[in-house]
Amino acid sequence: MLSIRDLRVSVDGKEILKGLSLEVEPGTVAAVMGPNGSGKSTLSYVLAGRDGYEVTGGSMTYEGVDLLELSADERARAGIFLAFQYPVEIPGVSNRVFMKAAVNAARRDRGEPELDAYEFIKLLRDKCELVGMDKELVKREVNRGFSGGEKKRNEILQMALLEPKLAILDETDSGLDIDALQAVSGGVNALRTPERAMIVITHYQRLLDHIIPDVVHVLWDGRIVKTGGPELAHKLEERGYDWVKQEVA
Amino acid sequence: MGVQNETIHEFTERRYDAGFVTDVEADCAPPGLNPDIIRFISAKKDEPPWMLDWRMDAYAKWLKMAEPRWAHVTYPPIDYQAISYFAAPKRPEDMPQSLDEVDPKLLETYEKLGVPLHERAALAGVAVDAVFDSVSVATTFKSKLAEAGVIFCSFSEAVREHPELIQKYLASVVPVTDNYFAALNSAVFSDGSFVFIPKGVRCPMELSTYFRINAANTGQFERTLIVAEERSHVSYLEGCTAPMRDENQLHAAVVELVALDDATIKYSTVQNWYPGDEHGVGGIYNFVTKRGRCAGRNSKISWTQVETGSAITWKYPSCILQGDGSVGEFYSVALSNLRQQADTGTKMIHVGKNTSSTIISKGISAGHGSQTYRGGVKILKSAAGARNYTQCDSLLIGDTCIADTVPYIEVKNPTAQLEHEATTSKVSEDQLFYLMQRGLNEEDAVNLIVNGFCKAVFKELPMEFAVEAQKLLEVSLEGAVG
Repeated sequence: MLSIRDLRVSVDGKEILKGLSLEVEPGTVAAVMGPNGSGKSTLSYVLAGRDGYEVTGGSMTYEGVDLLELSADERARAGIFLAFQYPVEIPGVSNRVFMKAAVNAARRDRGEPELDAYEFIKLLRDKCELVGMDKELVKREVNRGFSGGEKKRNEILQMALLEPKLAILDETDSGLDIDALQAVSGGVNALRTPERAMIVITHYQRLLDHIIPDVVHVLWDGRIVKTGGPELAHKLEERGYDWVKQEVA
Repeated sequence: MGVQNETIHEFTERRYDAGFVTDVEADCAPPGLNPDIIRFISAKKDEPPWMLDWRMDAYAKWLKMAEPRWAHVTYPPIDYQAISYFAAPKRPEDMPQSLDEVDPKLLETYEKLGVPLHERAALAGVAVDAVFDSVSVATTFKSKLAEAGVIFCSFSEAVREHPELIQKYLASVVPVTDNYFAALNSAVFSDGSFVFIPKGVRCPMELSTYFRINAANTGQFERTLIVAEERSHVSYLEGCTAPMRDENQLHAAVVELVALDDATIKYSTVQNWYPGDEHGVGGIYNFVTKRGRCAGRNSKISWTQVETGSAITWKYPSCILQGDGSVGEFYSVALSNLRQQADTGTKMIHVGKNTSSTIISKGISAGHGSQTYRGGVKILKSAAGARNYTQCDSLLIGDTCIADTVPYIEVKNPTAQLEHEATTSKVSEDQLFYLMQRGLNEEDAVNLIVNGFCKAVFKELPMEFAVEAQKLLEVSLEGAVG
């Protein structure tokens, strides 16, 4: 589904990803673990098409399409979803209005009729239930005054509504207490399907106790330096990233 | 006397020497401003002598005044002698005969705004039967209003039919010498609306100038007077989201509102005059004086405006809170795109006890636009227990535009309570990326952010108008990003 080959990315002239390669198959959950500064967020942003991330080499192919040909919104409508590490506030815009606009943008693209207010509310209600989100939150302004846990859950709700083919979860566990972590993970697990691929980016292993990955990749200094099963995450937790550093060196 | 006024004076005198006389039969006054032109306008409108005297007096005062220069706007000097101050409505044979003859760009905008087909012709000034539709609609409304005892007519008609009301209230809120443009308007005002709501009457419908689309050529020096008697209520809607055809560059309107005990006036404006092109060529100069007087106890005046047009905007809809317990409100969305310059805001003058005012101003700057919020809150010594809440927010789109905030606060009574909040923000790259990552294209993303920014004001607009205003902002912002 997603094939990244020898990807090189610079931000403000500084090379962050230095020949990263990664394959993600449909229906699998790939964890990408790495220490601070290894390029985790850069990977998620470059996949989502954020401005300012200059691809200087390599390729990203998604369902046979060169991702570099697509703008951020085109990628989103093609089924790539990024759950943000720091979800952004949009003052004055209700969650409901925003989510309806997003759902209908994708539907328009697929040539499907747009949902009217009534149909959308029904869909929203179902999805809130699926990911365990308080229905009152959708009436509030996008991410305004949300707690850390609410913000992350709001991301998962959007994911449920947009039904992406490839979801990238960027440090979804950061800033969550154990209850929130469980709730968010529960939402993510409810969205696992035989077709949907997920890339779970995290610093810590604890998220992977809740969202069990099929593959674990270790990102180090802009490259994937190690790949294994879920046990790799535990090993990292025990020995720390220095262990990888020594192995690579 | 300023150099400019001297010149004007000299020029006027010279015309006199030449024995210049205006032909009263003419449809259009020749360019220039002098006592003869004012007589001509007054005669054209069949005005009684007192009205002419009043105009003449205003003219004499205007001659002694100087054009204000304190606003944050720059424009070349206006040659007041190069302007024609009266033009009769065009004869049908001089108007475009069908939509085919109308500027396609204008039609495109109507399309985008979703203006109904039969209204497009009327708005574009086409001489077709469509105009008759709006005339008949207006007639139906008029009889309904008459039943309720409401007077809603053109200003000229009011001068002839209700002179006692005009004489009582004219300039009772905006004195002739209030400012340069108000004085000019007083001398040469073309026409406008008069509304009178008698005691205890709740006006049965939103009053809108929209209903008098056919009354062409009143925009330039418009004069509006609304009087709401005790316990009455009226909502007045000025302007229209669709751009009107207008060949006059200088606009100087005066609007006066008077609310007696327990009366409420809600005045909503959508202004979408030609803003000029991307180089700042053309565009309307809009110098407006709008003021309401809450004369009675517990009266209320509420201004709501959505301003997206004009090259230059100079406008401060204000409230004089005279009656005890009276309430003034100002809700504004102003957009400056292209090379537009707006210096706009409000004044709330608290005179009576326990008076309160709310100011919510949302300024949006894009392109090379410049936007200044200028606000004045004045609590006089007599205004015990006065309250004001001000929130003025500026939103910048791109990095070639300007936003300024100039709030003045003057408090002379220690029991007053004032709150002032101001923010300046930019449509951030974070916000855009977040929305685009959810599948919205860039334009829709910006529109969503702007709509959110304006929400507090939009919700004050009459429902249908709010939808139109949203669309208008979207159309006005086209090309502002990217």
